Amino acid sequence: MKLEQMRQKLLSAARAETPADSVPYAFEKRITALLQSQPAADSWALWARALWRAALPCVAVMLLIGAIAGLSSTTNGNGNQTASVEEFPQDFQQTMLAAVDQFEEVW
Amino acid sequence: MERTEAELIAATLQGDAASFEPLVQKYSPRVFATVRRYARREDEVEDIAQEIWIKAHQKLSSFRAEAPFEHWLMRLTVRTCFDFLRKHQRNREAAFSDLSEPENDWLERCGAQPDSASENADAARSLIQRIMEKLPPQSRLVITLLEIEDRSVKEISALTGWSVPLVKVRAFRARAEMRKILARITRDKYL
Repeated sequence: MKLEQMRQKLLSAARAETPADSVPYAFEKRITALLQSQPAADSWALWARALWRAALPCVAVMLLIGAIAGLSSTTNGNGNQTASVEEFPQDFQQTMLAAVDQFEEVW
Repeated sequence: MERTEAELIAATLQGDAASFEPLVQKYSPRVFATVRRYARREDEVEDIAQEIWIKAHQKLSSFRAEAPFEHWLMRLTVRTCFDFLRKHQRNREAAFSDLSEPENDWLERCGAQPDSASENADAARSLIQRIMEKLPPQSRLVITLLEIEDRSVKEISALTGWSVPLVKVRAFRARAEMRKILARITRDKYL
């Protein structure tokens, strides 16, 4: 059986059928009413919502870093423990600000 | 005096939602006709059309007026229809055992003597509808635009946001998928 021929026949049938372009009664009025009932976008409210949403990931990152700091200090030997805990904030700060340092060096 | 499209758009952007109404009235027939290619149930068609107009209102500030408003709107329409297809991929795995008698007759006639099978038969139209529903969303979209609406690859690329080579690849795959579905129907039927 010629599948391509059959496919072409079916596509011709689909081409022959033009979908209706009728629009439900007063559709445009409904859309306008819907748009007018929507509250205007308040950029401050959006900003506040974004900040609230960002709070949880920030807390999670803080806890994760705290846990890593705690674990790394316990896994080291006793002699190095204090040094490791003291160095961590410096290392962390250095890592976070590496891009800024590099930028300053370039300029 | 009747306001121009540019004036209506400018007024809408300044917060006058009523100025959007003439645009909805003018272009809704085109939007509805396009949506009806992808959704069968009238309540779904209405929901999609409503979503398109709400999106059009929200994104109106991104309309640059370099091309006609209608082109921008049709891009939005096609993309919303594609989202609808992706969300409603139902019945794709269902078998073709429930073919109606006219559909079976049409297949038999086309199988025996392809030239004798009419293209205008209702059975052919319902069969193609079933096959389209079995296709993945991107295949259905590309077949509709390329082979049913007779659009060029470049036009499809502009409407969908896909690159020209991607449209060609998807069209090639879609045709193969259609043939595969047809082979399955005929095998189910004759074996």
